Amino acid sequence: MTAAAAFFYLFAGFAVASGFMVIAARNPVTSVLFLILAFVNAAGLFVLMGAEFLAMILVVVYVGAVAVLFLFVVMMLDVDFAALRQGFQRYLPIGGLIGAIFLIELVLVVGTWTIDPGLVQAPLGRAAHGETATNTEALGRVLYTDYVYAFQIAGLILLVAMIGAIVLTLRERTGVKRQNITVQNARTQGMAVDTIKVPSRQGVEV
Amino acid sequence: MTFWEVLGTVLLIALKSFVLLAALLVFIAYALLADRKIWAAVQLRRGPNVVGPWGLFQSFADLLKFVLKEPVIPAGANKAIFLLAPLVFAMLALASWAVIPLADGWAIADINVGITYIFAISSLGVYGVIMGGWASNSKYAFLGALRSAAQMISYEVSLGFVIICVLLCAGSLNLSRIVMAQDTALGLFGWYWLWLFPMFGVFFVSALAETNRPPFDLPEAESELVAGYMVEYSSTPYLLFMLGEYVAIMTMCALGTVLFLGGWLSPIPFVPFTWVPGVIWFTLKASFLFFMIAMVKAMVPRYRYDQLMRLGWKVFLPLSLISVIVVAFVLKLTGLAPGA
Repeated sequence: MTAAAAFFYLFAGFAVASGFMVIAARNPVTSVLFLILAFVNAAGLFVLMGAEFLAMILVVVYVGAVAVLFLFVVMMLDVDFAALRQGFQRYLPIGGLIGAIFLIELVLVVGTWTIDPGLVQAPLGRAAHGETATNTEALGRVLYTDYVYAFQIAGLILLVAMIGAIVLTLRERTGVKRQNITVQNARTQGMAVDTIKVPSRQGVEV
Repeated sequence: MTFWEVLGTVLLIALKSFVLLAALLVFIAYALLADRKIWAAVQLRRGPNVVGPWGLFQSFADLLKFVLKEPVIPAGANKAIFLLAPLVFAMLALASWAVIPLADGWAIADINVGITYIFAISSLGVYGVIMGGWASNSKYAFLGALRSAAQMISYEVSLGFVIICVLLCAGSLNLSRIVMAQDTALGLFGWYWLWLFPMFGVFFVSALAETNRPPFDLPEAESELVAGYMVEYSSTPYLLFMLGEYVAIMTMCALGTVLFLGGWLSPIPFVPFTWVPGVIWFTLKASFLFFMIAMVKAMVPRYRYDQLMRLGWKVFLPLSLISVIVVAFVLKLTGLAPGA
């Protein structure tokens, strides 16, 4: 067994085991932590395949940002375990059906690959731009040169979704004192302080 | 490769890692002392001066004290996660040093995606903090953890854009290549701190926020949260949190050195200066950045939390985003872009 195979089984084994623990753990916070472990192992598998850029981006985006927000929400929620387990019998048929469909699809995809490799198109990038390009370069070429319009459209859709979410949740409250930093910084001593000479024993009208 | 060759490579990497780890930890022991001394000097105090001549062994005395104390685990804590959190924090902080080139070819792993690796690892550091804060089962610790998570994610965004600016100029994600791209006849004026000056400022401030250093140390604000996420920790777990924090600060100093201060390059590019080994220049530059960070701690009052968020999202994010576009345009129009 070569070192690569040993590492593959290590990462894959941990990924599967922690994937199982995500649904088996009793405490939701533990679940999320196992999910993170699964992501990190998937990143390890990417490195083994020579896709080191994808591995790092997976860690930055999923582990470093998305999973942090998951963890954030799960920690703040007061999850009632009894309520969670109540509907198990009722949702079992639908859940089982979705699981079965997913399994069949996975088998079909992997099956096609092994039966006739010609059916599945060779990945672009390296093939199109020569074997010498590092995978960061190859990915960059595919995303920003070959499919730049599709990429821009995807970005635009995300922007619209983001604006939509902000519009839906924005609540304009009136009568709230807000700090305006520019106004604060524009204040000078002359605007803020009045020096008044007070004649002795007479006082002043302000 | 035969079995013995593989074994040799593995042993060599282990030896290199061990030497780097030992050097780094000794350096950090003295960086910590320097931090306290600088802080003391600004406030006209003496700082630690009892253990050893001029207090030189203070950090080692502290180490012994922390290790020998009793670790206290709160009754309501989630024991496994409580103990895992400081370990995760310290290990992740140390892990980024695997790719940092201390001199030409002196990186343990000179990988092609070095900068993304550091960025990924440093974005994981937040887990140690959240896990510690949550597992302590205390409201101060939890509030500290929440603050820290929000803060670290916010400043990571602008840090990412700053790094992209440098990458556009250097044309590589490899840290050694980024340093070599700054190797010009101009010496220290050819490094990116001058050419990308506003970004160097943004990087420095974001690094402070990312490592929870004052003036952005709200996660551990002692006047309101006692010590934030560390409040329930004692003895070795606390030591690990402390160590992780200082290692993360040194990582940021090293990263700043690589990205903006020309890494191991000599500031004056002719003969007597280029004979000095690169690792000395690297250490000097990283120490200079650390000195600046220590001075900021001594001089600047702590930010309010909403001010911190405003600075991150409304000032740094647009500024760094615009400068990515400006840098890209300038490189394209002047034809200076690498590989163009």
